[in-house]
Amino acid sequence: MSQESLVEIRNLNFTYDSRPVLTGINMTIPRGKVVAVMGISGCGKTTTLRLIGGQLKPTSGTVKVGGQVVHELDSDGLYNLRRRMGMLFQFGALFTDMSVYDNIAFQMREHTNLPEALIHDLVLMKLHAVGLRGAQHLMPAELSGGMARRVALARAIALDPMLMMYDEPFAGLDPISLSIVGELIRKLNDALGASSIVVTHDVQESLKIVDYVYFVSEGRIVAEGTAEDMKNSTVPYVHQFVWGEADGPVPFQYPSRPYGEELMASAARRG
Amino acid sequence: MDNNLTRALRGLGQQFTSRIWRLGYASRFFLALLLHSGTALRRVHLTIREIYFTGVLSLIIILVSGLFVGMVLGLQGYDTLARYGSTEALGVLVSLSLVRELGPVVAALLFASRAGSAITAEIGMMKATEQLSAMEMMAVDPIARVVAPRFWGGVISMPLLAALFSAMGIFGGYLVGVQLIGVDEGSFWSQMQAAVDFREDIVNGVIKSFVFGIIVSWVAVFEGYDAEPTAEGVSGATTRTVVTSSLAILAADFILTAFMFTGT
Amino acid sequence: MSRTSLDLWVGFFVAVGLGALLFLALKVGNLASSSSGDTYAIQAKFDNIGGLKVRGAVKSAGVVVGRVAEITFDPEAYLAVVTIKVDARYKFPRDTFATINTSGLLGEQYIGFEVGGDTEMLKAGDTIKKTQSAVVLEKLISQFMFNKAAENGDKTAGNGDKK
Repeated sequence: MSQESLVEIRNLNFTYDSRPVLTGINMTIPRGKVVAVMGISGCGKTTTLRLIGGQLKPTSGTVKVGGQVVHELDSDGLYNLRRRMGMLFQFGALFTDMSVYDNIAFQMREHTNLPEALIHDLVLMKLHAVGLRGAQHLMPAELSGGMARRVALARAIALDPMLMMYDEPFAGLDPISLSIVGELIRKLNDALGASSIVVTHDVQESLKIVDYVYFVSEGRIVAEGTAEDMKNSTVPYVHQFVWGEADGPVPFQYPSRPYGEELMASAARRG
Repeated sequence: MDNNLTRALRGLGQQFTSRIWRLGYASRFFLALLLHSGTALRRVHLTIREIYFTGVLSLIIILVSGLFVGMVLGLQGYDTLARYGSTEALGVLVSLSLVRELGPVVAALLFASRAGSAITAEIGMMKATEQLSAMEMMAVDPIARVVAPRFWGGVISMPLLAALFSAMGIFGGYLVGVQLIGVDEGSFWSQMQAAVDFREDIVNGVIKSFVFGIIVSWVAVFEGYDAEPTAEGVSGATTRTVVTSSLAILAADFILTAFMFTGT
Repeated sequence: MSRTSLDLWVGFFVAVGLGALLFLALKVGNLASSSSGDTYAIQAKFDNIGGLKVRGAVKSAGVVVGRVAEITFDPEAYLAVVTIKVDARYKFPRDTFATINTSGLLGEQYIGFEVGGDTEMLKAGDTIKKTQSAVVLEKLISQFMFNKAAENGDKTAGNGDKK
């Protein structure tokens, strides 16, 4: 029985060390769609991914993936769920002691009994999809940032997952690599028939490829909608974010005493 | 003045309790490590790789240090024994010192600073670059795949390195005593054979090095796994590995020696 | 580092390490010499065994022919009973003298066998009849001092006589 949405998050609250990180989050990731989660650094985006992947447990609320409540799964259930998820970590997180080929073959070797000949073909297929078949024998230290990101992407889709999660996939890339990664995210999602969640604060690239956007600020969702909706949004936070304005709901000045007061105080000391 | 004193005392108490807490956490980690060691022992190649990186790459420092320690023992020993006219006992002095104490202890200290710190740095860096997290998300248990093989690699390497250290040391003592100074070769070896007992000296030395291997490997993998995922965190963890395991080795040496070599 | 060369190095390392252990056991320790061949057990009773220890040597003509296996106390005769395991290759006559000697001036104590001329040999379970106990240093010193004092006493008495 196929359900409409692959991931359902209802009334999610997460606190860490009595500090509220996420409050009252409601999200739906439909099948076959690419969804972006945007916001400034430290607003809780990456935490959401970790909650979906079962690395963290919510303080209250539910996170359902494919109909199963993630934090109620036993270790076998979590194991099976993670085999059907792929995650691209910020900056790649490639295994530095293995070659590119071994990195991609890792999951195949650990979780399946496929013969090496078949693994060879599969690895080449994944590398071809990201355009790096020629780099298969390089070590991660020998790759540029963009290449490492693409290898990590190939590694994440090694077992054809049904859910792909991207943690800041565009961070620190040059313009060419940026558009390549963006294209790959969209193409692979459609080719695999999977759903993708992209956590990012790169507005340009993501609005080009995503179907739906959630805007998070200080642990709450302040806006959601399609890419067009976001560009035309009148919500001040979204407007400042999308158009890259220096000052707005996210203030330019770090909280401090009024400027005049501080100048007066130092003058009084000197006087 | 009162405030400073109470603050200092509270700080001391806090340090103490936090250390005890950490020891408990490390013990639970050790238990988890043992339970998940199945992979390390079934997929032997993972462990073999670690034996290479901890054992084989430590060979040079162990052999050279063993040689020098043995040579110094030969020199110092001769000097002291000559005063009592018992220079034929040089072999006994060198071999017993090495096999019972210096072999296991010094080899373990060298192992802690070379291999132990390398293990900690490696695991810490993997944690800092999210490789361990990535492994978890790929449904591969990082404790089974990364931590356990390094632990067992260290445990297996340690007794072998200690034996090599002792053997090199005895050879060094022989070089200095017999070849250089001129102690009688026959009495050097024969008195040694008579004085060194297999069960009491050699086996006990091996048991010691085995225990030290467990200590160093445990501290090294734990500090790496628990390190803060930053540059300072990893460097602090590496330092702690060397310091903590060195102190633990010396303390354990005292306890083991008290058990093994007294109360005959 | 390819798989095969890695395995090679680790194999080399383990072989060399075990070799070192073997060297220590055989060349440095006494494993080779204490390897058990066939032995038979006999007993000897002493007034005082001094510092004799279990696994101490039993020598005849200076050659190790056996080991001390057990040391117990006979509560009826108030003697020390030493059980000796003798190498089965060597037979000793029934009138063998067992003495406790010290190797060197302050060294370890061992049992020495001095053979007599008896034609019958000791069998397993026999007891050596003639034994000499260990020399206790304190007794030796006090005896020496007693002798010295007696000598001096004689001299003064002699002097007194002369007067």
